[in-house]
Amino acid sequence: MSAIILFLAVLAVIAGWWLSQQRLTAKPWLEEGPAGDFPGGDAITWPAAKIGLGVFLAVASALFILFISAYSMRMSVVDWRPLPVPRLLWVNTGVLVLSSVALQWSYVAARRHDTEGVMIGLLAGGASAVIFLAGQLLAWQRLGAAGYFVASNPSNSFFYLLTAVHGLHLTGGLVALGRTSAKMWRGAEIADMRLSVELCAIYWHFLLLVWLVLLGLLTGWTDDFIDICRQLLS
Amino acid sequence: MVDVPYEGIPGIPPAEVPDVELYHPRSWWTRYVFSQDAKVIAIQYSLTATAIGLVALVLSWLMRLQLGFPGTFSFIDANQYLQFITMHGMIMVIYLLTALFLGGFGNYLIPLMVGARDMVFPYVNMLSYWIYLLAVLVLASTFFVPGGPTGAGWTLYPPQAILSGTPGQDWGILLMLASLILFIIGFTMGGLNYVVTVLQARTRGMTLMRLPLTVWGIFTATVMALLAFPALFVASVMLLFDRLLGTSFFMPALLEMGTLSKHGGGSPLLFQHLFWFFGHPEVYIVALPAFGIVSDLISTHARKNIFGYRMMVWAIVAIGALSFIVWAHHMYVSGMFPQFGYFFATTTLIIAIPTAIKVYNWVLTLWRGDIHLTVPMLFALGFIVTFVNGGLTGLFLGNVVVDVPLSDTMFVVAHFHMVMGVAPIMVVLGAIYHWYPKVTGRMLNEAMGKFHFWVTFLGAYLIFFPMHYLGLLGVPRRYFELLDTTFIPSSAHSLNAFISVVALIVGFSQMVFLFNLVWSLFKGEASGGNPWRATTLEWQTPETPPAHGNWGKELPVVYRWAYDYSVPGAAEDFIPQNQPPRATQLVQGAAS
Repeated sequence: MSAIILFLAVLAVIAGWWLSQQRLTAKPWLEEGPAGDFPGGDAITWPAAKIGLGVFLAVASALFILFISAYSMRMSVVDWRPLPVPRLLWVNTGVLVLSSVALQWSYVAARRHDTEGVMIGLLAGGASAVIFLAGQLLAWQRLGAAGYFVASNPSNSFFYLLTAVHGLHLTGGLVALGRTSAKMWRGAEIADMRLSVELCAIYWHFLLLVWLVLLGLLTGWTDDFIDICRQLLS
Repeated sequence: MVDVPYEGIPGIPPAEVPDVELYHPRSWWTRYVFSQDAKVIAIQYSLTATAIGLVALVLSWLMRLQLGFPGTFSFIDANQYLQFITMHGMIMVIYLLTALFLGGFGNYLIPLMVGARDMVFPYVNMLSYWIYLLAVLVLASTFFVPGGPTGAGWTLYPPQAILSGTPGQDWGILLMLASLILFIIGFTMGGLNYVVTVLQARTRGMTLMRLPLTVWGIFTATVMALLAFPALFVASVMLLFDRLLGTSFFMPALLEMGTLSKHGGGSPLLFQHLFWFFGHPEVYIVALPAFGIVSDLISTHARKNIFGYRMMVWAIVAIGALSFIVWAHHMYVSGMFPQFGYFFATTTLIIAIPTAIKVYNWVLTLWRGDIHLTVPMLFALGFIVTFVNGGLTGLFLGNVVVDVPLSDTMFVVAHFHMVMGVAPIMVVLGAIYHWYPKVTGRMLNEAMGKFHFWVTFLGAYLIFFPMHYLGLLGVPRRYFELLDTTFIPSSAHSLNAFISVVALIVGFSQMVFLFNLVWSLFKGEASGGNPWRATTLEWQTPETPPAHGNWGKELPVVYRWAYDYSVPGAAEDFIPQNQPPRATQLVQGAAS
């Protein structure tokens, strides 16, 4: 559980920093008067959707980190046999990186008011995300064919579980991406779409980051790191 | 020229919101059923939660019948008893209290209290309710599937939760886990709304330190819930894998009905860590909105500003943060590394400090206040007494050495019913009496309300106070019947029968309350817009009940905090938050 506690500590620092800007030491009973008289503590100026995405990413991070906490606790039991990770995952990772790059490109194009560039970026990003998901399914199939079933060892179970949860998050992102692309297709003003494109790109970068962490965990790269952390904490 | 400073302040919503931004219902269906208006969604949440809560109330009667008069009722067997316990606990904690405080009160009060027209994502808000309803229906369906609902206890501990021999092993546990997963998805949608609305949609002048404590409580509880529910989600998904796909996340190798199970190596303790990482913050997810609401009830009905507003805000935030590092105090006897217990006992006792600050501040708010013993005030006072009571036994149970002998006895049952059963329900009821006039435009009948309060309050004490004594005697919880146990005197059985009779009476008195809700809707005295002469924004709406969009043409502007009661020299004993400062003061302010 130390991973999630560390994560919450980071969130607490961010929340604490934000609260420290909000004049929590004010004495509101003495501060009668119009809005502008008491600077600080006003509503956040960001668009609601952007704050909403930020809060959602915190929730999704908590979810993934709890899975990782469970993973690191379960892997210390003696029956753990690491899973040979299929090489296909490296190809999939490359595709997911491409997907993220394409959406970033789309966002840059949106800032330049380049409608065509936005459209190409969105479609390329969406297509490569679909290819990534198909690649993940193929990896499942290969593992199954090689006899690594979901219940044969906890490391297999975690592999299927974590890839599934990550894939479902990406699928959800594809719905949002599809809606954004459809609106662009119908000729929405690019100024109105800039925020949607930006949010898609942020979400994609987040899922790429989550995937890289999961990949490190599943391939055993981070085993040494986890061991060091465990020794530090105990 | 008073209005000039409000123009052009970056980040503060303009007074006139363009028409297109607000969703407009076009038919009866989208107005009352698939509504995107937070107020309608709030009522839907509240009614659904109350309906499923009544099921849980009936389950508690059935349990009490068995405990009070063992062997008398042939229609209750040991398996059913376990199922009743499980469903009663799960429904009350998650599907009733969490849904009612956050989905019900959160939806109704947040937009009105911060001066917004609606939640920021109305469509997602609507989805949140319908997924919640689906979760409730899936949960209720377990009563009708083969084998019935799960009898694993509300904590659903593996391995026993998914082994044969536990009631509901076929379908009950699967549907329970599915229902929890749905609930969490639905809640996350709602929770995003509550948090972002408070952060982003506050009206001009509504700084954080001018928020009513109700909003602070609900806001902090929602942030906690958003971070704590994923732990339950992870635990549920992994338990579902263990049950359906035969994985061994939590399941150790064991003999099941004489045969070696297919599982091996899993850690039941891992489940407990995940469960209580959710489970303990859950206590405060229910308590913090109650803390917030009761502060507003006390201040309004004692006609006095809340004592130590800043301290109240800090205490809410501190309790929210601390509640994430105390979870293992539910696991002293679980077999975890024993020294962990002392760390968690320390953090548990530390959390008593901000909580005690809040209790002192409520009492000091009442001190020399102009106390009106209205029904909401009675319930608020009932809350303080009950909460102190349950909180003190929490100090007992938070200490490892005291907890070990008391663990799994009726003492624990008494403790958590006092602190997170009766106390929050007192606030829920008080809050309904308080805000019912805003929701319907009519007052609830006061005579029925006082009857309801006294029977509920005294009854709750008669039910749960003796349980402490039973627990000290060593009467265990979760047992179907005690039979002839040498250390349990026969007086304990008489006491159990007494508790059961009172429980039935208190349960029936809730019917008076439900009748009152319906009767007053048609026959209640018209309330007007602000019957309690309160300061917060929801009482200042141009229409009662508030119309779609809440505020007419212009959003309110806030000039003061939420607790200007009995201000010396003021014409009335309350000054609404949106009342501009008097001209004389403005002149003085400009001169200095």
